[in-house]
Amino acid sequence: MADTATGPEHPAPVAEATGISKRFGATVALRDARISVAAGESHALVGRNGAGKSTLVSILTGLQQPDTGNLRFSGEPAPAVGDIDAWRSRVACVYQRSTIIGDLTVAENLFLNRQSAGAVQRIRWKQLRLRAEELLGEYGVAVDPAARAKDLTVEQRQFVEIARALSFGARFIILDEPTAKLDARGIGRLFDKLRDLQDQGVAFLFISHHLQEVYDLCSTVTVYRDAAHILTAPVAELGHQALVEAMTGESASVAAVAESRPPAARAGSEEVLEISGLTLPGACEELSLSVRAGEVIGLAGAAASGNVQVGEAVAGLHRAKEGRISVGGRSVHTGSVPSALAAGVGLVPEDRHLQGLVNNRSVAENATLTVTDQLGPLGTVLPARTRAFAQRMIQDLDIKTPGAATPVSALSGGNQQKVVVARALATDPHVLVAIRPTNGVDVKSKEFLLGRIRQVADGGKAALIVSDELDDLKVCDRVVVMFHGRVVAEFDRGWKDDHLVAAMEGVGTPLASTVSGTDEHGR
Amino acid sequence: MSATTELTEPAASAAESATADTARRRVDLGRFRELSLVPAILVLMLIGFIVSPAFLTADNLIGVAQQSTELSLLVLATTFILICGRMDLSLESTIGVAPVIAVWLVLPSSGGRFMGLGLFPEWAAVPLCLLVGAVIGAVNGFLILKLRLNGFIVTLGALTMLRGLQVALSEGQSIVELPSSFTYLGKASWLGVPAAIWICALLFAVGGSALAWLRHGRALYAIGGNAEAARTAGIRVDRIVWVVLIIGSLLAAFAGILYSGHYGSISATQGSGWIFQVFAATVIGGVSLNGGKGSVFGALTGVLTLQLVVNVMTLAGVPPLWNQFLNGAIIIVALIISRFASGEKQE
Repeated sequence: MADTATGPEHPAPVAEATGISKRFGATVALRDARISVAAGESHALVGRNGAGKSTLVSILTGLQQPDTGNLRFSGEPAPAVGDIDAWRSRVACVYQRSTIIGDLTVAENLFLNRQSAGAVQRIRWKQLRLRAEELLGEYGVAVDPAARAKDLTVEQRQFVEIARALSFGARFIILDEPTAKLDARGIGRLFDKLRDLQDQGVAFLFISHHLQEVYDLCSTVTVYRDAAHILTAPVAELGHQALVEAMTGESASVAAVAESRPPAARAGSEEVLEISGLTLPGACEELSLSVRAGEVIGLAGAAASGNVQVGEAVAGLHRAKEGRISVGGRSVHTGSVPSALAAGVGLVPEDRHLQGLVNNRSVAENATLTVTDQLGPLGTVLPARTRAFAQRMIQDLDIKTPGAATPVSALSGGNQQKVVVARALATDPHVLVAIRPTNGVDVKSKEFLLGRIRQVADGGKAALIVSDELDDLKVCDRVVVMFHGRVVAEFDRGWKDDHLVAAMEGVGTPLASTVSGTDEHGR
Repeated sequence: MSATTELTEPAASAAESATADTARRRVDLGRFRELSLVPAILVLMLIGFIVSPAFLTADNLIGVAQQSTELSLLVLATTFILICGRMDLSLESTIGVAPVIAVWLVLPSSGGRFMGLGLFPEWAAVPLCLLVGAVIGAVNGFLILKLRLNGFIVTLGALTMLRGLQVALSEGQSIVELPSSFTYLGKASWLGVPAAIWICALLFAVGGSALAWLRHGRALYAIGGNAEAARTAGIRVDRIVWVVLIIGSLLAAFAGILYSGHYGSISATQGSGWIFQVFAATVIGGVSLNGGKGSVFGALTGVLTLQLVVNVMTLAGVPPLWNQFLNGAIIIVALIISRFASGEKQE
């Protein structure tokens, strides 16, 4: 009875959690936390690493049971733990880690574990494909259901995950950092799709480290900090500054770091890194670029622009077909990491899990991996020296770790990234190449890392930031934009977001100054 | 009206057939991956035909098939286990120890050369053998899935331990006095073809269909491809892997029955060293060691390739002392063929 009374005018929130607490052993993951998502609402959940977002997601999706607290979906109490189907019909979730199985077809991925009506009934593949087509059509996803999932782009896979998550009938979907692996254009299309869904009455909870996305997409934002709820407010009423303050508990902003530095006139200083006529098969053609001492240069570009490959080539990971890379006047043998290291290139790789860290080894070992030759005579590695070196790194980069001997896998994402940066800096490089250095890192660490890169350049070295994130590029003295393997534009400090984004998307009208800028470094 | 329909219909059907074409082409490509060894088999048969007139005779080909039966059952088991991303090395010991335990439990405690316990009637030998297989699989599963031990090492230990158990029980000797019920399947001929071949064909057909058309069969691919994703999709990962390990050991025990029946005795070294051939056959047949990929049919072509090579070599008069060398060489050659036929890296 009460339900019908409150029903039409004032619908119960699709998901409402109150007084949720959860501890794992000694650590408190959530303390009396709450969240309420109204029907059809776009709700953002933000917070630094370790704020309790992931725990909340696993409680909202029924993977974990809260110690205390109350959870209701559309006014009804949550289903029993373990009743997976009941949970999925109330809340859909796209997890941070992909749950698509590459070797199976899209159709099978969509209907995994429900390909047929009964366990002993045979699967009708043709029918399954038709059902998949129908489902994909319903959400406007243009993907061939017969394609193997591993042949899809990251973005298509994400759409498939969303379609699958919603196919259980839920009107509420949780998206846990869905944009982390997408390029700017993919993010744009994802957002379009989400807005479409919202028009159909689907509510979502959007978790992201990129505050700009929150402003672009969401109407309400909830901030968590240190395992507790800090505030919930309409996005429009909360300024950028205020949001960062709520997340960090102190006032600071990335922009402030960037703007506090005057654009130094460094024309006179020597060129530390020079790339001339570089051609990498499938990545770039005839690319020329130079970085002077004391400069931070941004190499911007979307996912397929080839900017990452150029950065990696400087660090010796790719062999050039043509062209030359020289560091401090010395030519580097392309395709050879030792040669690049000897020339003084330090690399912060794109994916810290795949290319950066040895997960189960200690912080000290990881931080000193590039400098083992300095840790003892005749090829020995002295533990005491390793420890001392690591200790210095931990202080220098403000790495939050219980000790130098802690395995890196125990650290938060931001601190892991700091270890990667520490390792790149350990060799005291002349050129620091940082590829998406703040990927998956919270606001505070982001600011710190970018500040540290700036500091390297101020020390008379050169830094190259390869990224498509505007925050990363804001600290640069110059930003060179690549599109499909070519330099299409160059911006000096003080560029406008939309101009840069347009250039990365290949739709920018090249300004006179940018053209001349390109020519200056061309051959 | 009619004009418009006439105009639009052909266009629509053309578009339809175009999409159907692309779909068919993709399916065909997928099939080709499984068929990558078929050309190799055809070439082998051609060589066999040239080398010896005795090759393309029913007797010889049935002989090859019969010799493949035991190995192919282990390959079937390994295919299931590898697809869900696990390994079971102890299969090669199960093929010997399960028959020995079964026979030990049923043979009379006096009179014969081999002293049993005489606890069960003779007809129980086959069910007991299968039961022993299932228990071995269940114990392996318990150690790997419940105690979370490393599967490779657990089954390596089981391999050695079970071989030792067989040697201890049989006192290192072959057991020749077998109950007739036990040897029937390995010896009998149905419609002029050994029963073992019929049974194997049936098991492969059932296994292949289960992997292709049953939800639980598809679950193996999901588990091997990404266990975490399978779990979030509601698949009971541990339970299914456990069942697969049990089925694997069951198949190995059954292979033991066929083998013992075929040769009329349980040899002390029955199955010893087979696991390398089993893995080789499975992997050249296109099953990934990392899980999530492969098919029963592909694995079958792997077994047939290996067995045909041996047969052709024998017929060609290559001294048997070279067999081991050639066996190894053909594994590597077959890997190279399937690497380039499928165009995929083998990791």
